[in-house]
Amino acid sequence: MSEIVETAGREELILNMGPHHPSTHGVLRFVLHTDGEIMRLARPDIGYLHRGLEKLAEGQSYPGYLPFCDRVNYLEGIFCEQAYAMAVERLLKIEVPPRAEALRTITAELNRIANHHICLGCISMDIGAYTPFVYLLRERERINDLMEALCGNRLTYHYLRLGGVAHDADDAWLKNALAFVDKFERVIPEFESLIGKNEILVRRLAGVASICGADAVAYGLVGPNLRASGVDWDLRRDAPYSFYPRLSFEVPVGKGERGTVGDCYDRFLVRVEEMRQSCRLVRQAIEKLPAGDIRAKVPRVLKIPAGETYACVEGARGELGVYLVSDGSDKPYRLKWRTGSFAAMSIIETVSRGLMIADLVALIASLDVIAPETDR
Amino acid sequence: MNPTEIQERLGQRLGASLECGGAGADAFVIVPAERWLEAARALREGEGLDFDYLRSLTAVDRPAEGKIDVAAHLFSYKRRHALTLKTRLDRAAPRIASLGAVWPAAHWHERELWEMFGVAIENHPDLRHLLLPEDWPGHPLRKDYAMPERYQGIPTRRPAPLAEPAAGTGPTNTGPKNPPEAP
Amino acid sequence: MRALAEYLAASWQLSPLGRELLSAGLILLTAIVVFAVALLIAALLTWLERRVAGRVQSRVGPNRVGPLGLLQWLADGLKMILKEDVVPAAADRPLFLLAPYPVMIGVFAAFATVPFSQLLIAADLDVGVLYLIAVTSLVVVGILMAGWGSNNKWSLLGGIRSAAQIVAYEVPAALALLSVVVMAGTLSLQSIVAAQGGWPWEWYLLRTPFGFVAFFIYFTAAVAEGNRTPFDLPEAESELVAGYNTEYSGIRFGGFFLGEFANIYLMSAIASALFFGGWQIPGVTPAEQVGSVWWQALGFLVFVAKAGVGCLVVILLRWTFPRLRVDQLTALCYRYLAPGAFLCLVGNALWIVLVPAGSLFERMVGYGMTAVAAALGLWFVLRMRRHMVSTGDRLDLDLFARGHTRAAFDPAWQARAYGRFRRRRPGEAS
Repeated sequence: MSEIVETAGREELILNMGPHHPSTHGVLRFVLHTDGEIMRLARPDIGYLHRGLEKLAEGQSYPGYLPFCDRVNYLEGIFCEQAYAMAVERLLKIEVPPRAEALRTITAELNRIANHHICLGCISMDIGAYTPFVYLLRERERINDLMEALCGNRLTYHYLRLGGVAHDADDAWLKNALAFVDKFERVIPEFESLIGKNEILVRRLAGVASICGADAVAYGLVGPNLRASGVDWDLRRDAPYSFYPRLSFEVPVGKGERGTVGDCYDRFLVRVEEMRQSCRLVRQAIEKLPAGDIRAKVPRVLKIPAGETYACVEGARGELGVYLVSDGSDKPYRLKWRTGSFAAMSIIETVSRGLMIADLVALIASLDVIAPETDR
Repeated sequence: MNPTEIQERLGQRLGASLECGGAGADAFVIVPAERWLEAARALREGEGLDFDYLRSLTAVDRPAEGKIDVAAHLFSYKRRHALTLKTRLDRAAPRIASLGAVWPAAHWHERELWEMFGVAIENHPDLRHLLLPEDWPGHPLRKDYAMPERYQGIPTRRPAPLAEPAAGTGPTNTGPKNPPEAP
Repeated sequence: MRALAEYLAASWQLSPLGRELLSAGLILLTAIVVFAVALLIAALLTWLERRVAGRVQSRVGPNRVGPLGLLQWLADGLKMILKEDVVPAAADRPLFLLAPYPVMIGVFAAFATVPFSQLLIAADLDVGVLYLIAVTSLVVVGILMAGWGSNNKWSLLGGIRSAAQIVAYEVPAALALLSVVVMAGTLSLQSIVAAQGGWPWEWYLLRTPFGFVAFFIYFTAAVAEGNRTPFDLPEAESELVAGYNTEYSGIRFGGFFLGEFANIYLMSAIASALFFGGWQIPGVTPAEQVGSVWWQALGFLVFVAKAGVGCLVVILLRWTFPRLRVDQLTALCYRYLAPGAFLCLVGNALWIVLVPAGSLFERMVGYGMTAVAAALGLWFVLRMRRHMVSTGDRLDLDLFARGHTRAAFDPAWQARAYGRFRRRRPGEAS
């Protein structure tokens, strides 16, 4: 125990959590300074999954970079593809056919549900309950099956194309997607009563690691994490894109149901409610699915006029942005990913002071940080 | 507030006429590097501006012009408008003030900026490598970056799996019995 | 056992030294038998645990080694024995190597006093309950040794958590057991079982309201002492990697593992003996039972069934609940369980003084408590049924299910549910 250091009369234990620790999702590392169970400092150390996706973009053609987008975050591939596609389409000034927009929305919302499955499952698993995680993975299989039927891939979809989508959905697929939504809407209350209202879970999450709205904005938290802190903001509603203007849905906001606003339990509840809203969105989008083409005319060799743009979508972890700079050639000159996990990871050091080790695990899980997205 | 109004108001506060461009959500304004922090503060606190959210902070390397363009994408939840704040740095010795005091989110973005582009950040409280190992050489997102052949004795490139390996370039053994050759 | 020793000594006409040697040999033999039985129980429990976990999580569980995977434990044990026993270079070697033994000794030695049936008990000690409490506390020594000896900070945290937890929960557990001892007036487990009856209202669980509460306190505390979810903080996987046994591998890890599972059975067996009437068969007095081999066998089955249900509950708890935090864990113990257990002890003591044994009032309370317990059970079943109806799920209690009985992963089922897809080319009419 040589690393017990004495600072200001207090003894601190320096603990190395990760990079291979059961509750660091993906590969990331925390350096904890603890006093017994109480943490004085938790410093994230990221970069273990850095693949240089931004540098890689500079060597790829515009359509050729699409499959890389899925790898930015393997849990929300559709959103990454969509953000990139939107940036390119905006620079090219292409209009995406409405049917393609609707299909993008349907798959994106299914993807959101699948992502929240993992997130909620991980929250409960990190708190010690394994079974809900397995149940959610079981339901998630159905989404994977649907996506496999649509585009042949279960995780890294590569479903979007510049100017549209790759494959059309037939009636059987749409019927199956509706059947999934019907089934899943019955599963959500069951999930809530199984684990969401479990007193132990509530006490482990409520009032733990609250992030106030001002902090959340200042640190650039986005998506469910931001909304849990009481900031009512959703790009789908407030800066509508794609097919969302034609759909109606509600945006859940954290209310501090059992503890304080912006605590881990609020982040949990917001995600549960978002799954419900996503079901609504899928159903509406299928009902309103327009007929027509699924892809706009895009030249085979794509050269984009010089310019730059910042395109963002409301991903499962919130605003997922692409800053794309073009110099008129057939390759991106510079591409920057702005991801939700990056911001969420940067706030952990501030929020974690004074928490217990067990609370840190809950905080990481409830912020839904994922290593590939922070490291890119 | 529309982009032109924002640009005008920022110009007034800084007492200078600024180079502007872009349209709609991609409107940008370029400020001199030495007034970077001042401009950020004006945007954050200025009457009617209220840019409370730093979306992203990044740079674009332009070796042809000898410049590194730094771009901060800003948004205001209160006013619901967006602006890109830009500045152009000398590529030979890029230096910029930290925005961490204005938006805490900037800290990590600046660490990335520093390691990827070699932009020196003034007054950054914790300027360490973010994504790369502490001893990684060079700034990868610069256009003239050349990947080192070896990192701590480990080759950074692997031979093409289908190609016939040339003599002496087989897989590197790194076990205790097969120490890697000296770098 | 003593009778057997005397009989053999008399028939072989042994000298005093020979007598001593004989009884020593018999004790050794008994110890080996107890150890083997406990080991077997623990091993079978690992199978049960994995099988139940599988059913709970819509999986199948182990089903490859032996019929229904019943020999899985054998394969696992063989694997553990064959694996390298790694000792970290920086570990405190003697402590690290010795740590599994106190854990195993603590648990397995307690099996000596488990009354499997009226006659099937290795040692019916006069101080049985006291012995149980004393010898099981050895476990904490082993865990602390493992935590410190591994020279790993996660292990250390796990070991310290475990020590705090076990020492804390010893208090309510012991007090809850004492409230039964007060009723029975003896510490011997066989006498305590004999003092109860076969019918539920004759059990110490339902004879007084305090006994009922004491049982739940004991059970909670015992689950906590056994480091099981929701109190599995010492080996909390998502927090402390694997807690005190992070650095252990091979058979030494197996020692901890078996100790944990033997402990589950032990606590269920104690609960069964002290609260649920042990081997008592309804309508058969102990005097009648002692004479018949068949009654003995039935008594044994009754005891094992009661303990088995207890094990099942412990296992189901693990796959249902999240885990408490350290401060919540100790608060639960010191704020609620310990005072509660103390009240039960006082309550039972007053009951003994105030309520005459065998009085009408005592019998009426027994019947009333039984009715209350039955109503609670019914309410639980109805609630569960409502949940299952609301999601269209079905009851699945088939522990012996083979993989194919559940169609969830059946391709034909998937085709029925989702249809077969044909991918269309872009532009093709949909």
